[in-house]
Parts: sequence; structure tokens; C-alpha cells
Amino acid sequence: MRYEGSAVRSQTYNKTFIDKIWNFFSSVKVGIGIIIVILVAAAIGTIFPQEMYIPPNVDPTTYYKQEYGTPGQIFYLLGFHNLYGSWWFLLLLAALGISLIIVSIDRGVPLYRALKHQRVTRHESFMKRQRLFAVSDHGISFEQVKKVLLGKRYKIKEDNGNILAEKNRFSRWGPYVNHTGLIIFLIGAMLRFFPGMYTDQTLWIREGETAAIPGTKTDEGQYYAKNHKFVMELYNKKDKQFSNALNQVNNEVPKNYQSNVTLYHADPSHVVGEAPQLKKVKDAKIKVNEPLAFGDYALYQVDFKLNEFHRMNLKLEKKSTGKSFGEIKINLFNPKSEYNLGNGYKVKMIEYFPNFKLDEDGQPATENSVPDNPAFVFKMFTPETPKGETAFIGIRKNVEAGKNKYKMTFSGLETKNVSALTVKKDRTLPIIIVGGIIFMLGVVQGLYWNHRRIWIQQKNGQLWIAAHTNKNWFGLKKEMQAISQESGLVMPVDQSDEKSA
Amino acid sequence: MAELSSNLLYIAFIIYLIATAVFAMSLSDKKGNEKAAYTRKWGRIGYGLSILGFISQLGYFVTRWIASGHAPVSNLFEFTTFFGMMMVFAFILLYGIYRTNALGVFAMPIALLVIAYGSMFPRDIAPLIPALQSDWLKIHVTTAALGEGILSISFVAGFIYLIRMVDQTVSSKKTKMIEIIMYLLLCVLGFVLVSAISSAAGYETKFDWTDKKDQKTELTYNVPALVGPPNGTQADNHFGPLLNAPSWMNGEEAPKKFNTFIWSLLTGGVLYGIIRLILRKRIAAAIQPKLKNLKPDLVDEISYRSVAIGFPVFTLGALIFAMIWAQQAWTRFWGWDPKEVWALITFLFYAAYLHFRLSRGWHGEKSAWLCVIGFVIIMFNLVAVNLVISGLHSYA
Amino acid sequence: MKKKRRLVFRSILLAIIAIAVGYTFYNNVFQDRNGSVQKGNKAPDFELTDLQGNKVRLSDYKGKGVFLNFWGTWCKPCQREMPYMQKEYKKYQKQGVEILAVNVGESNVSVKNFADRFHLSFPIPLDGSREVTKAYGIGPIPTTFLVDKNGNIIEKTSESLTNQTIKTYMEKIKP
Repeated sequence: MRYEGSAVRSQTYNKTFIDKIWNFFSSVKVGIGIIIVILVAAAIGTIFPQEMYIPPNVDPTTYYKQEYGTPGQIFYLLGFHNLYGSWWFLLLLAALGISLIIVSIDRGVPLYRALKHQRVTRHESFMKRQRLFAVSDHGISFEQVKKVLLGKRYKIKEDNGNILAEKNRFSRWGPYVNHTGLIIFLIGAMLRFFPGMYTDQTLWIREGETAAIPGTKTDEGQYYAKNHKFVMELYNKKDKQFSNALNQVNNEVPKNYQSNVTLYHADPSHVVGEAPQLKKVKDAKIKVNEPLAFGDYALYQVDFKLNEFHRMNLKLEKKSTGKSFGEIKINLFNPKSEYNLGNGYKVKMIEYFPNFKLDEDGQPATENSVPDNPAFVFKMFTPETPKGETAFIGIRKNVEAGKNKYKMTFSGLETKNVSALTVKKDRTLPIIIVGGIIFMLGVVQGLYWNHRRIWIQQKNGQLWIAAHTNKNWFGLKKEMQAISQESGLVMPVDQSDEKSA
Repeated sequence: MAELSSNLLYIAFIIYLIATAVFAMSLSDKKGNEKAAYTRKWGRIGYGLSILGFISQLGYFVTRWIASGHAPVSNLFEFTTFFGMMMVFAFILLYGIYRTNALGVFAMPIALLVIAYGSMFPRDIAPLIPALQSDWLKIHVTTAALGEGILSISFVAGFIYLIRMVDQTVSSKKTKMIEIIMYLLLCVLGFVLVSAISSAAGYETKFDWTDKKDQKTELTYNVPALVGPPNGTQADNHFGPLLNAPSWMNGEEAPKKFNTFIWSLLTGGVLYGIIRLILRKRIAAAIQPKLKNLKPDLVDEISYRSVAIGFPVFTLGALIFAMIWAQQAWTRFWGWDPKEVWALITFLFYAAYLHFRLSRGWHGEKSAWLCVIGFVIIMFNLVAVNLVISGLHSYA
Repeated sequence: MKKKRRLVFRSILLAIIAIAVGYTFYNNVFQDRNGSVQKGNKAPDFELTDLQGNKVRLSDYKGKGVFLNFWGTWCKPCQREMPYMQKEYKKYQKQGVEILAVNVGESNVSVKNFADRFHLSFPIPLDGSREVTKAYGIGPIPTTFLVDKNGNIIEKTSESLTNQTIKTYMEKIKP
């Protein structure tokens, strides 16, 4: 980048504190420094997985040391496990943004002025300094030269019989355009932290269940989703097209994960928890790569759990004869406290442990409220045993208090799949997109076009020619060759060739 | 169709090989007018062959696409060979502008190495998992590979510049670095040779060991075991391991990859040693005289031009298209996954390169060294991030 | 003159950047972005059914202080604080403090057994669908909110509370 003789603003004076900060950030050297520090830090952050990618149920304080030894521990202690969200990394990004703004203002404005007020007639030493330069004694027709230059889309300025031909000046604005794009992009990234711009929540929803979609409550109401079915498809290992690859791996290869849902909307008057008045919005099949978009939101298929226990069936039997006196169907999410089988037979549920375990004291307890390992304490009443018999029933467990005449036997299980849907709102996306587009335009504008200038001057009966481009000298030389062939202009010499020869 | 496809790839490979030889021949020591005509003639033939090879590889790509029903850029083999193809394409593009035969002498063999390296990975046509079932797969991956291919040519030109310009009369840090690059390129060749010979011989040896997840599993080596898994026992009486991998190296297949890595370094060393014995001087010193007719400014410009053309393409493919797809598939456009981070690092590095060059005037040698580093970063993203770090992008 | 204008321009620009970056950092560190309910917010209204089948609506307790607790039978720290809550409830109910112990996603049977075992007399609304739990953005349980007589949250804590703390809290929200 040449600044066309006009001094870079920040180097003209240096006074106050504000100016010192300004001058610091206006240095391209500092800018490159910031880029390199970010680059190195980002690279170090990939040596071991970031905290967000380690298994969710482990303790990071011990995980890194355990998995990766001392280097892992150092990685953790220095905070690289959460590098990209750390305050100093964000500070570096902010510094990059500030550098972009200041550098662009500091250089863009003088460059614009210099190029706008270019003189056509330049000093001898300026001409001589140009890489492509020649002096010729032959006079030629300027009209012909101009015609050729115009044909090559040059813009021509004349002064005292001297010519300045210029094209693609706009390419010089490329860096400033792409910096603007980056600044907009960074502003977009920054806005994410502002309230109301961004939501990211996950909803686990069972088949048949209707649930409020978290994060979607506004003054206009709230969205709900009903999960009709979770579908998982696998590739057929016998499929001829892929059989070789599929048989290389032991596991099944998934083909599709999909939740069939209905989206509902409830009025703003609805109070959380109250049975909502739902208005259907639409039916949708949410697949990986095909989120469901509605309003500001998008709902993604992100995870699933297959065959979660939903209902368990048990029969009341007499031990001696094996005769059954009826079956109870227990909804594991909402069991009843009493099941009446008629004719004086009934079963009372005394205790329920959805995810049974023995606690530290050896007492029966539950791990959580998910029925992964349900267990019950029943009291069975029959005409023969009116006082009731107590039994503890779990999966492959049957413990009795004393000797019972009757027992509960397992007779069936219903399962349901669970879908995990992530709901996202990101109001910064339009800004990010605009920033990205502007950046791309700027980069292309700056790198795919070249600003070329040709000066032709008459001095003391001689013809002076100089040419300059901000890059791609090879292309400029080719063009000069064509120009000189068509117009009879002498071909300028590449002075850097002479130097190296 | 699948068979036709792999045959076309073989044919392309062989044509590229011939093109390399032709380009090498075109660098003559002849003088004067005779030389110019000679160079032009063989340069043209080499260029024609490169285009022919490219068309054949394009045929491989199209037929494989038809056979699998999706763009063949979905696993390491497919992606790496495609990347090699994009290097050839970028070479064709830049040769078309600059007509420099030396570019072919280096670009073609490096593209060949990349394609050969890719071919050592499983080549079966595999179906797409749900996360990959998107039109963005082909858009993102092909654009990113094209960008990387063009950027690679900047390394090729920069490397030529260094061989041409670095003083070879005395040994220095610079000459050593150049030889190290030569050695590393030979290591890739070594990897290909060892893998290809072992697989042609049908060699395998099995180990029983306990991996990271504390599971007893069997690990099958396809090359002789120099380094066994930590606390593993060999299940057959093939050539046994000389030593065992350190105990922290217990990731899935990690000891096996480490063993192959050692083999590559050793074979590369042997190849390098043989070449040095034959040449009796540094490899770069032997090549240098062949390049003396080359204008350094021109190679420098080719190198810079490749970055200027490749940088926007890379940004579009590896960052912008990547973000659009990530927003759709993973709910967020950016998630600091290792592959994403390394794409960002590549972007930042070339951004720094452009600033060094345009605003701090780093031309010639400095610029050439930067292009070498840039290529190392691209290769790191292709090889190390996939095989060692790997995150969500575990396929390619 | 020109220099002065330049300084003003620079100062304003740097100030804008500093404020924007500062605000972003402040939000990043202090703000919870998942929209969970925080100290200082108005407590979102909800309606649930308690163990006895009565409708419980938060807004019906306007004018009273509400000790709003989210808990589960399987959670040991929740279990530990329950007897203290019951003890203090007896004292402070007359003084206009109500306890609502919202159970997170469990069945009637489990909760009823638990309530009987610990002789709990305060209302236990059942949030079977976890809709209220999600609306409040509850992470770990137990989580307790102190809601004052105007319906504002004056404290939020996710610790297992001691008898003394509960007493202090009750004093705080006593109308």
C-alpha cells in the first residue's frame, strides 16, 4: 500500500493520551501483531479438547490431568480449556476490531484525498522511480495513444499535453471495504451478548408429549411442540451400493434422525403451568440439516434417547397355582397409588423409585426422576390375605417381607423414544450475513482487480513514459506490450529486471 | 461404474506422473534460441498432459458421484484426492497465465503425493450420515478444497523461489530448512510406499490391548509393528514390536497411527539418504542450476498471485459456506471445533501474509518463507487435525 | 483548530468503542443468557396443581412474602432443608410468609410419600411437565427464590439452606 506521498495521519503529531492510544492502534505492525497473537492462542486451544467438548458428567479439574497428564493440567490451569470464551481472548478480538477501525480511518481518508487530487504532470524523479519506465526521442500521435488507452478502459486526464491514464481505481478501496465488513461482523458477534438477541435452549420431549418450547415466551404468547414420533433409520448392511463400507464397521450406520412434531401457539394470557389453549401453527418433520423455522426461532433435531420405559405391566399371581388375578398397567411418569382388580383383589403402591439405587446408608432410593430402573413397594390385598402382603419389586428383583402367598410378576413393558430439540433465536444473524457479504466483496474487489496508472509526458522534446500497478506487474507488462504495439508507444523497461541482472 | 471410476483415477495418476517427467525434462541447460524453442515445446506437452490427467480425474469424480449418489468429498480418501485435483486445477490456471515450466516440475509431484497419500485411506463408497446429508456438503467442501489448492501453488512457487535464491555454497539455517522440507515431502512418499507395499503383500499383525475406555480390544496393524500399543500383547508371531508406545498414547488406533508415522519418517530418511548419496550434495543445491534461467521476480509474483486468487476462494468456502452449513446442521455458525479453528488460523495467517506484503513490503524471500508456513498450516489441518486432534469433523 | 477537531473526533470514537466493548464484557460475565430468572426480576406468574389437587397460583399470594423452592425427592440437599423449612413455616405463616415448594417433574406417589415422611404441611405444587421449572431457568436443585410482597425476587440461591439462613430469609420477606 503506497499512500501517495500524503503522510499517514497518525505520524504527523503525537500529543495527548487519546492520540497515543489512537497511534498505537493505527499501526499496521500492531494490527499484524494482534492477528498473530490470536492465531497462536487459537492454535494452542486446539491441543486438547475445549471444556464444552469433554464428556458432560466429568469434572474438568481432574479430567485434563487424568486424560492428558501434566501437559493437560497446565492446559487447564492456564485457562486454555475455555479459551475462546475467556476474557483475554475476547479482549484480543476487541483489540482487532479497534485496530481495524482506526487503521481504516487513518489510511483510507488520506488515500482517498491523494487519489482524488492526483496531478497529471509529475516530477521527473517521480517518473524515474516507477518500476516501468522509458524515455524515447520519437514523437508519436497522442490521439492514437488515447484511442488505444480508451479501448483498454483507461480513464484519461490531460494537462499541458501530458497524460495520466488510470483504471480500476476502485480496487484500492477493497481493503477498506473488507475491513468495514469485518467490523460489521464483529459488531454482530458482540451484539449476541446484548439482552434479547440470542436464545439457545434444549428441549427433551417424549413421544406423545406436548411441551412449552423454552425461551419462546414473549408478549405475543408462547410456542408449544407436540412430539408425535421420533424416527431413526439405519442403512441396510446388505445394500449393494454401500455394502463394502458398511461391513467394515461393527456399528450400524444411521441414515436419518427425525422428529415428527406439531407446532402450537398459546395466547399471551396463558399463565405458565396452566393447561394452555393451543392453536395449531403447523405440522413438521424436523431432521438433522432441516430445522423447523418459525418467527424468530428455529427448532433443530440434535439428540435422542431410544426406548425409554414408559409403562410397565404386572400381574397379580397366586404362587402355589400360578393363577393370575388381573394385570395392572403402571404409567411410570404418573403411577396411581392404588390399582383395583375387582372381586376384592387390589394392589397399593407404597413406594416408587423411578431410577432405583441403594444410597450410602443402604436404603432404597432413586437416582433421579427418570424411570430407567423402576422399582416399587407394593401391598397386595386379596380375599385370602385381607391384611395385605408387602413386596419390593424391581427389574429382576423380588424381595418379600416374610412369606407371601401372592406375588407380582412382570408381564410387559411399553417404551417411548425421546427427542432432543434445540431452539435457537439469533437476531445477530442478519448483521453477521451483511458483514460477511461486504467482507467478501471487499476482498474480491481488492484482490481480483489492480489499480493501473500510466503517465505519458513530454519533456524537452522527449517522451517520458512510466507505469505503475499496485500488484500483478506481469499483467501490466503484458498490457503495456499490447498498448505499445497498437500505438507505437515505446515499451517501458522493467527497472527491477535491470537491477537483478 | 465404481470400477470405471477407480480406473480413471489410476489413469489420471499415471498421466500426472508422465507430465511431471516431461516438465522436468523441459528444464534444459541449453542456451539461446534453441533453448527457448525446446522449453516451449516440452512445456506445452507437459501442460497438455496435465490437462488430460485432470480431465481423467474429473471423470473419476463424476463417475464416483453417480455411483454413490452424493458428491465424493465425504471421507478422507475422497477429500484428499479431490484436494490434489484442485491443486492440479490451480496449477493449470496459473500456468495458463505465467507459462513457467518450473512450476509444473514441483506442483505436479506435490499434487501426486497428496493424491497418493489420500489413496492409502479406505476407498469404499460409503453412505452419508445424517449430519452430512446437505447440499452444503458439496458446496462447502469443494470451494474450500479449491481455495486450499490455489494457496498450495503459492507454496510451490515460494519453494521454487527459495531453491533458486538461497545461497547453496555454504550450509546455513536456510539451506537446512529447505532440506527439511525436501525430507518431509519424501516422508509422505515413504508413507505411501510402506502402506502400498504392505497392503499389496496383504500383511497384518494383531495386538490385544486395553484402550482409553478401558476396553480390551484387538488392534490390527497393516504394516510391520515397530511400536506396539502400550501394555499390548502380539496375537501372532509376526515381526514383533521393538518397543511399546508411551502409556498416554491410548486413543483409538493411536499406537497404530504412531507406528505408521515412525515408518514414514524412517522410509523418508532412507530415501533422502539414497538421494544424497547419489547427488553428493544437498538436493536443493542439485536443483538450483536447473533454475538459473528463471526470473525470481516472476516466481515471487506467481506466489503472491496465488494467494491473491486463493484467499477469497478459501474464505468463501472454508469460512462463509462453512458457517452457513454449521448454522443449519449444528445450530450455530461457529463453535470453535478444532477444524473450524484451524480454518480460521489459515485465514488469519494469509491475512497476515497479505498485510506483511502489501503494507510492510515483505517481498521475495520473506514472502516465500511465509508461503511455506502457510502450506504447513494447510497440511496440518488436513493431516494432524483429522488424525490426531479431530472433533466434529472426524471424517475430513 | 483542525487538530482540536481531530482530537474531539478521536475521543468520541474511542469512547463509543470503549462503552460498547465494556457493556459486552459486562453482559458476558454477569448476565445469564439463557433467560433464567434472576434476582431483581419480577417473579413470573404460574399456575400448578398441588398434592391435594388444589390450584396454586403465584399471583394469588400478592401481599405476602413467598419462599419459592424448587426441589426433588431424589435430591439429598433438598431433603436436608425440608425439615427446617417445615419448622420455620409454622412460625412465619402467621406473619404472612408462604412457602411454595415446587416439585420438579415427579409423580404424585413419590411426592406424597415424601411429604408424609417429613410431615410437610406447606403447599407442594407439582410441575410434572417442568414447564415452570424451565420458565424459571432452573439449573441445579434445590433452588430457592425469595419473592417479596410486591412479587419481586429479592434473592436467588442454589445452596442447601441451613435453619439459620431460612430464618433470616423469612425475616427478609416478611411483609
